[in-house]
Amino acid sequence: MKVRAGFVHSMGLMLIGGLVISGCAAVAEQNDSAKNAAKDAATTRAAFAMMQASFKARGQASVDRLNQDETQQLCSQYQDNPPKEIREKIEALNQKLTLFPADGVLLGDWKEGEKIAQSGVGKQFTDNPENAAGGNCYACHQLTKAEVSYGNIGPSLYNFGKVRAYAPEIAKYAYGKIYNAEAYSACSNMPRFGHSNILTPQQIKHVVALLMDPESPVNK
Amino acid sequence: MCKHFFRGLRSALTLALMLVVVPAGAQTSEQTLKEIERYRAALADGNPAELWEARGEDLWKQARGPRMVALDKCDLGLGAGIVNGAYAVLPKYFADADRVMDLESRLVYCMVNLQGFTAEQAKKDPFGGPNKKSDIEALVAFVTAASRGMKMNVTASHPKEQEYYELGKKMFFHRGGPHDFSCANCHGADNQRIRLQDLPNLLKQPAAQSAYTSWPAYRVSQGELRSFQWRLFDCFRQQRFPELIFTSDASVALTMFLAKNANGGVLSAPSIKR
Repeated sequence: MKVRAGFVHSMGLMLIGGLVISGCAAVAEQNDSAKNAAKDAATTRAAFAMMQASFKARGQASVDRLNQDETQQLCSQYQDNPPKEIREKIEALNQKLTLFPADGVLLGDWKEGEKIAQSGVGKQFTDNPENAAGGNCYACHQLTKAEVSYGNIGPSLYNFGKVRAYAPEIAKYAYGKIYNAEAYSACSNMPRFGHSNILTPQQIKHVVALLMDPESPVNK
Repeated sequence: MCKHFFRGLRSALTLALMLVVVPAGAQTSEQTLKEIERYRAALADGNPAELWEARGEDLWKQARGPRMVALDKCDLGLGAGIVNGAYAVLPKYFADADRVMDLESRLVYCMVNLQGFTAEQAKKDPFGGPNKKSDIEALVAFVTAASRGMKMNVTASHPKEQEYYELGKKMFFHRGGPHDFSCANCHGADNQRIRLQDLPNLLKQPAAQSAYTSWPAYRVSQGELRSFQWRLFDCFRQQRFPELIFTSDASVALTMFLAKNANGGVLSAPSIKR
């Protein structure tokens, strides 16, 4: 009996010892990750200060373009691959920043949309801010059969409306996605064309028509 | 050299013809890409960068500036006057300047501290253009050509160098401006294209190596030799950022990040590009 009690006692001690050790390891790990996070934040601040001293205003591009809103800051921090809860936070805050046309009309003229999709001008310091900006959709997306010079950073949008049966909710999705891509897919490569005033609501309607009009070459 | 110039001209004409042909036909994009590959191979035939290399060599050896001395005492990282292999170890920390420097920063430093130019004079024409020749771009061509065939070997062992690498990495992922762009949006994934232009993944070998080691380059479309400082300057323009200041700390930090990622890659610069 005595032997047995001694065995139980020493097992108990080992167990406690084990808990203490693993507990210490966890605390040390927490300390390490807190230290790393603090170091990372300090590097971020130093990089930003260095950038502010290394750029100068030119044309329409002022130095405050280096400043980040919450979306840009979080996407940079997580190298465009944030954990689930941050992803949801970014999408939620951008949903609040997504405005749909008050008149409910989502489709403009696809011919105008094609011009906007082809044009890459706008917002560069060499661009005249008086001229309307383009959407440069072909830089990243396939859209029509006729245009073979298209990029692949975004998915192909060929037959976009046709394969979705021209559903009204898809037109609304297309408008919202162009207006503010971050509301649908956090840390997307796609600019927030409406939210960031790159395209006007009318221009976005034209691009939606390019995607959704049955007569558009996108759907031919 | 004239022969090379005409060969370059011929290549440029080949491009002009192809540009006319490509959009007109109903070619698949694969065929289009093949044509572009063919054009790139044709370009390699003759590289006008030689003209810049020759002018740079003259500028290096000439007695210039208020002190009327040559740059042959300039230490580019391997010792005073050593040009061969210097580009392969840059950027690096220089104790005399107490600063991490890329090639262009170091050339400006030598023009100021050896030849007696003011910093403003040394940086006056960082990039060439119509009716404007850049001495820096010519010197860059001369120095980089002397590392052709050598492997990139940026040690980044000094604490300042490590710091610049980490800062450059942060800048690479810094999203900003009206388009929310960072370097990573175009150069952080494999096999991406803008229109038909391939975008190297600068975070991964071997794409990071082949991209970095092909700069500086003669750009046929501009008729100019372009330095790595120009490459960064023009990337940020397209990123819709304000203007990157020539030889600024951020430009050197970003170069440190990209150069170290290219370690082991064989330098082919100055190369020739579209």
